[in-house]
Amino acid sequence: MALSIVHRATGIALYAGTLLLVWWLVAAASGPAAYANVQAFTGSIIGRLIVFGYTWALMHHMLSGVRHFFWDLGYGFKANEREALTWGAAIGGIVLTVLIWIVAYAIGGGR
Amino acid sequence: MSTAGTSKRSMRTPLGRVRNLGAAHSGTSDFWRQRLTAVAMLLLMIPVLVIVMMLLGRNHAGAAQILSSLPVALILLLFIFASAWHMKIGMQVVIEDYVHNEKLKLVSVMLNNFFSVAVALASTYAILKLSSGV
Repeated sequence: MALSIVHRATGIALYAGTLLLVWWLVAAASGPAAYANVQAFTGSIIGRLIVFGYTWALMHHMLSGVRHFFWDLGYGFKANEREALTWGAAIGGIVLTVLIWIVAYAIGGGR
Repeated sequence: MSTAGTSKRSMRTPLGRVRNLGAAHSGTSDFWRQRLTAVAMLLLMIPVLVIVMMLLGRNHAGAAQILSSLPVALILLLFIFASAWHMKIGMQVVIEDYVHNEKLKLVSVMLNNFFSVAVALASTYAILKLSSGV
C-alpha cells in the first residue's frame, strides 16, 4: 500500500486549504458583503467539490496520522496489522467524510 | 591551529568533539511538537466539526454571533494555533526531503514560516475582532 505518500499529499492539500479557512474567518470579521462572497463560493458546485475534497483530506490525514501513532508507540508492525491499519484509515476516511456531509445536508447546509 | 575543536584541519571527528557534552535536548523538538499538535487537533476535532455544523446555512449576523461566543472562539483559536504549527513542521519536512538546492531550500523554509505565521495571525485577528464585537 502506498498510503504514506497519500498522507503527505493530503497534508499538502490541507496546507493550501487553510487559505479557504482564513478567507472564511476574515470575511466573517469583515462584514455581511464579504461573508456573502464566501457563501456564494462554498455554495457553488466547484466550491462544494473543494470543501468536500478538503473534508476527505482532513479525515484521511487524521486517521492516517492515528495509524502513525500506533507505530510510534511500537504497535501494529506485523504484516496483517499494517494492512488492517492502512485499510482502516483509507476506508474510515471515506466513511467519515460521507457521514459528515450527510449530517451537514440533514441540518440544512445544503440550502 | 591551537583551537583544535573548531579548526577544519583538526583530526578530531565531529562525534569526538561533542562526546560527553550531553544532549542538546532540542534534537527531537519538531518530532515531538508535530505529535503534540496532532493529538491536540484530534481532541479538538469533534468540537470543531460541531461548530462548523452550527454555522452552516446561517447568514453573516448568525455566524458572527456564534463565532464571537467564548467557548467557540477558544476552541477555534486552539485549533488554529495547533494546525498552523503542525503544518509548518510538516511542510518543512516535505521541503527538506525534495528541495536539494541549498539556497532554494532556505528560501522555501522561510516562506513556509511566513505563510504559517500569516495564516495563524490572520485567523486569530479575525476571531478576536469578532469576539470584541467591533
